[in-house]
Amino acid sequence: MAESTIATGSVKASDFAPLAAGRSAETISRPSLSYWQDAWRRLKDNRRALISLYIVVGLLLLTLVGPFIWTMDPALQDLDQVSQPPFADRSATIAAPYSSWDTSDVAPSADGLAVIEPPTSQSVRLSWESIPGSSGGYRIYRNIFPIGPERALGLPLGDVFGGAPRFFEDRLDLEPRTYYYSVVALDENQRETTAFLQRTIDVRRVITAKEAIDKGLAEDTLPVGAELRLTAHPLGTDYLGRDLLARLMHGARTSLFIGIFAPILYVLIGISVGSIAGFAGGRLDQLLMRFADFVVALPFLLFMIVFKIAFGIGPGESGIFPMLIAMVILLWPATARLVRGQILSIKNQGYVEASKLLGASSGYLIGRHMIPNTLGVILVTLTFAVPSAIFTEAFLSFIGMGVAPPTPSWGSMCNEGLKTMLTTPHELIFPALFISITVLAFNLLGDGLRDALDARMRSRE
Amino acid sequence: MWAYTGKRLLQGVLTVWFIATATFIAMHNVPGDPLMNDKAVSTAIRANLEAKYGLDRAVFPDQYLIYLGNMVRGDFGISFTQQNRLVNDIIREHFPVSATLGILAVLFAALGGILWGALTALYRNRLPDIVIMFLVILGISVPSFVFAALGQLGLVQLNGLFGRQVLPVAGWGSVGHMLVPSLVLGLSTMAFLTRLMRSSMLEIVNADFIRTANAKGLPPTRIFLKHQLRNAILPVITVLGPAIAAITTGGFVVELVFAIPGLGRYFVEAVQQLDYTVIMGTTVFYGAFLVLMVIVVDLIYGFIDPRVRLE
Amino acid sequence: MAENSAASLNRAALLQLGLLIAASVAALFLLMVLLNWAASATGSDASAAKAVDLEARSISVIVQNEPPQLNSMKATDTDSGQVLGHIMEGLLRYDINNQLAPGVAERWDIRENGATFWLREDAKWSDGEPVTAHDFVFAWRTALDPATASIYAFILYPVKNGEAINRGEAAPETLGVRAASDRRLEIEFEQPVAYFDKLVAFNVYYPVREDFYRSTNGRYGADADEMLYNGAFVLSEWVHNASMRFEKNPHYWDRDSIYLNSIHVPFITNSKHTAVNLFKDGRVAMAELDAETLPDALQQQWHIKRFVDGSVFYLEFNHRPGRVSTNLNFRRAIEMALDPKELVFRVIKVPGYLPGETLFPIWLMGEKTLFRQEYPPAQRIYNPERAREHLEQARVELGLNAWPPLVLLSGDTPISVKQSEHIQAKLRENLGLDMRLDRQIFKQRLEKMKNGEFDIVMAGWGPDFDDPMTFGDLFASWNLQNRGRYNNPKLDAQVRIAQASLEPAVRMRAFGEIQRILKEDAVILPDYERGKVFVQDPRMIDMARRAVGPDPDYSRVRLVDAN
Repeated sequence: MAESTIATGSVKASDFAPLAAGRSAETISRPSLSYWQDAWRRLKDNRRALISLYIVVGLLLLTLVGPFIWTMDPALQDLDQVSQPPFADRSATIAAPYSSWDTSDVAPSADGLAVIEPPTSQSVRLSWESIPGSSGGYRIYRNIFPIGPERALGLPLGDVFGGAPRFFEDRLDLEPRTYYYSVVALDENQRETTAFLQRTIDVRRVITAKEAIDKGLAEDTLPVGAELRLTAHPLGTDYLGRDLLARLMHGARTSLFIGIFAPILYVLIGISVGSIAGFAGGRLDQLLMRFADFVVALPFLLFMIVFKIAFGIGPGESGIFPMLIAMVILLWPATARLVRGQILSIKNQGYVEASKLLGASSGYLIGRHMIPNTLGVILVTLTFAVPSAIFTEAFLSFIGMGVAPPTPSWGSMCNEGLKTMLTTPHELIFPALFISITVLAFNLLGDGLRDALDARMRSRE
Repeated sequence: MWAYTGKRLLQGVLTVWFIATATFIAMHNVPGDPLMNDKAVSTAIRANLEAKYGLDRAVFPDQYLIYLGNMVRGDFGISFTQQNRLVNDIIREHFPVSATLGILAVLFAALGGILWGALTALYRNRLPDIVIMFLVILGISVPSFVFAALGQLGLVQLNGLFGRQVLPVAGWGSVGHMLVPSLVLGLSTMAFLTRLMRSSMLEIVNADFIRTANAKGLPPTRIFLKHQLRNAILPVITVLGPAIAAITTGGFVVELVFAIPGLGRYFVEAVQQLDYTVIMGTTVFYGAFLVLMVIVVDLIYGFIDPRVRLE
Repeated sequence: MAENSAASLNRAALLQLGLLIAASVAALFLLMVLLNWAASATGSDASAAKAVDLEARSISVIVQNEPPQLNSMKATDTDSGQVLGHIMEGLLRYDINNQLAPGVAERWDIRENGATFWLREDAKWSDGEPVTAHDFVFAWRTALDPATASIYAFILYPVKNGEAINRGEAAPETLGVRAASDRRLEIEFEQPVAYFDKLVAFNVYYPVREDFYRSTNGRYGADADEMLYNGAFVLSEWVHNASMRFEKNPHYWDRDSIYLNSIHVPFITNSKHTAVNLFKDGRVAMAELDAETLPDALQQQWHIKRFVDGSVFYLEFNHRPGRVSTNLNFRRAIEMALDPKELVFRVIKVPGYLPGETLFPIWLMGEKTLFRQEYPPAQRIYNPERAREHLEQARVELGLNAWPPLVLLSGDTPISVKQSEHIQAKLRENLGLDMRLDRQIFKQRLEKMKNGEFDIVMAGWGPDFDDPMTFGDLFASWNLQNRGRYNNPKLDAQVRIAQASLEPAVRMRAFGEIQRILKEDAVILPDYERGKVFVQDPRMIDMARRAVGPDPDYSRVRLVDAN
């Protein structure tokens, strides 16, 4: 290589003339990069970390700005649309307000199982012919599947005792779908006989004109029979008909608040204790570190639970602050140890010694050398602390020791969703997805930050 | 070595004292009354119950000193809900269950972590690496209770598929009962260890002593086993202490979902019932157990890694 | 590093890894064998559990919670009650049709001032010794002794001197019960009790043999071998919090009508999910369902059954002076703003539940037929507009400018959580009231109820014995369970009438009056009567489910071949 340079270049006499004296000789042609600029540059090169960063920013926006865009009240219970998956059918018909059924002037059915009035989601009114051998009365069942050879009749809705008129009104959780009703005769000991009647019934979803106005679906009173569409829920609804998207956004406030503020608080305390210990050394250092050892030894989850019951949650409180405080009390020592270790190692570095020799004050040393040099490590710790704080909240909510309802949190939503995992999976999938994405984003961002901030700690991936 | 062990044990005893005191203070600030029952009782009965549990004395110093004294003798008192069972008996009966589950979970996690980690490092950026790392990401980012519920569901499906019981769905009593719960329990730790093992393997591949060994002409098997794997495992062992802690105290969920009669589940139930003595006894016992575990892992580490001098 | 050397290293490494994997799998396998042995010591072999075993005449079932203890004199919870019902027997018991039937006593006579029970000759303890009248005398005296600190001792108060002994004001020997002979038990009453026959079926009234009790040194009922049995089964194995096993009691007098040889309880869990999974897997013969597991049960085409479990749940107002809830218009406003039907049909959504109408549940018997039919409660009206009028009146009467936030105290069970959220939303929607939810674990909630730290509390009551009185005296001013401190001399007077009389018509009229006062004064707002939905193995018949007494009761179960 060297030879070819000489061969192609033509040397001129002016090349050997001395340069004019001036500051420009000292100028470095490439722009100088500060520690943070360099870190940022490296982070930008890491695609995974960058995407994670965008996700984190997106989550924060969702939490802070989301509720202003999707203004649905997360506590509003839409009992007409309970546990609805996304994109469920929202059509409904206007019906007269419900009034209790007066059967005194209705003739019971003489032919099979009959529906007395049009079946709606308000009520299904049944009557049936007398079945021989039904001295004990009748039991009414409802199924969502056609009755097969197993003769599984479905939900036992109720009994009509012998001698009572053959009427039954079903109001239990009626959804717009096809139901298979059956009526079984009971013998004198109230045991089921083999005789039964059945009928397939299609239920229509109805709401009253007043409800339509209250829910903002109509301006003024609509006539009975008018069609309309119920409130839209992009991610579906939960077990009380609350909008899942709104709850996820408000739940994000809880989960991210705990997930981000708890680590920030305990890391701050850890920094103060750690730097005091590291800088002061001697007796104070011993004392503080011994105490930190003690606190580290406390079994974390057990103490989170013990603290939770010790602090108690008063009326109307969400229990977020007790959880925050418990986390701070239990988790500061890890950071304190880390910071102390960093400070001790930096203390003996040549440049610090030099600074000291040149007469730098302690304040200057801390501000100029110690903190900036530990900040990278701290930032990385902080990023990794977020997922574990989010998990802790979710875990505590799962065993019922978490945030008090009705305050939503991703953990408690998961807990609720888990119970109906098989039938309405969306109630579990969405909050679980949010937890997973958040945890993942913070983990990858942490990896990226570690690589970018500290060359020594670079993982080789 | 012996002096070091002695010193660590002494520190351990002090730590346990601290745990006991912290538990005592926290529990005595709990609002509510452990003697409360849904039936109101007469004052005479109440006085008797208070005397039975020593609640008629001053909290400090009387109750505290009695509590510490009993603890030194290894006596955690009588349960409030099961009024004729000793907390010691409860721990003796339920801890082995949690410990068995925990040991198996730690083993799964450690072995799995080391093997998968080594595998991904060897197949770096190739299909096995990508697949395993994807699973690892899942393991890290999905909450354990979701895995537990899915695990049980999986078992039901499995048994349904074969038309007979391949593995029991819940309960305790044979090794079949442990497999899936311990796997679920160890999953997140396994994922974490896999990551750790992978990066530590990759770091060591490029280390000077591997280069030297290679240059010396050592057989590759020997290099891998003696130099690469052994050195890569070291950082994994350092985190085993905290991992054991996380696993043994994190067993509640798995025990709740799989109906396993472990101490973790018992603790959650005791908290619901505000059973003071059981809560305090369990917390202190677990605390002491973890302190001991950390000491043991440290000692083992010193044994394995001659660079670490125990002093 | 050269390519080929890296490749050979990789190959070697993979081989090594393979060997390591093989070695660790082998080691794990060994460990598992060891663990298998260790686990069998800490739990029963639950993998052998079969829901129904026709040949061995045994069933496997779930008990929801570990019984805190099986000392019949001190047991307070339903799980202990259920287990005790299988292994012990009182003077009387409930049969599979939930009617009172002779137990240890073969006949009895209840008078105005006392009762006599004649014990059957063949009633024996599980060690073959006869059950004598002395065993009852000992159990009752011990239960009332304040030193025993039995929380349920109050149920023995109808026996003469019972309350005084329990307060520590009289010696246990002064109790009005006497063994006239080994076979005859004489009881003196404190005052007439119309339902003493129903009381003696309760577990605190069960017999305990003195010599055995003394030999256990205060550990009676703590373990399977620390008990003596006189019921249909004996507890042969009890691994705490893990499993239980019941064997047929060879000394039981009615052993010929006991079909089962053994009942296994391989699982103690209150998770309905786990229960359903175990049922699906054919491990247990019965599983209870909740709103979350019902859809799964429908999908599986199971035969679903239901029954009313006897408990009534209601909102209780705080009647202590100074609370806004002392205002009748306020209470009326809340009453009209909440609809129990909506709560049951659209929020709880479990078929067994009934919308609450009154404190007295539907299954209580009146004079001749159901109490509900003889004294139908007034209809509750749901009317948000009128509710707002009442609330406005209440505001004026109380001299308030605006409503302060109110505290709704609730428990932390899934249903209470759902319900409290629903009530909160409903009161905000209909009345604009700001309810603060105070969700507490059981004991902390009780403490707050006792101290009156609430405006409205979600409370409930389950029956102890089969008489309206188990509910009727709840809101008497002297009742310690009256957590809202409701005080109404008119209601107290009716309670006294019902307590003092032996005449069913008089008593039922008094209960009818109590029901009317509770409604008129809106003392409480009934929410629901709890129901249970369950599935059971079709081969198992004659399982009893009941509101009062041990539930579920498998003791008279028979097995049939379904095919």
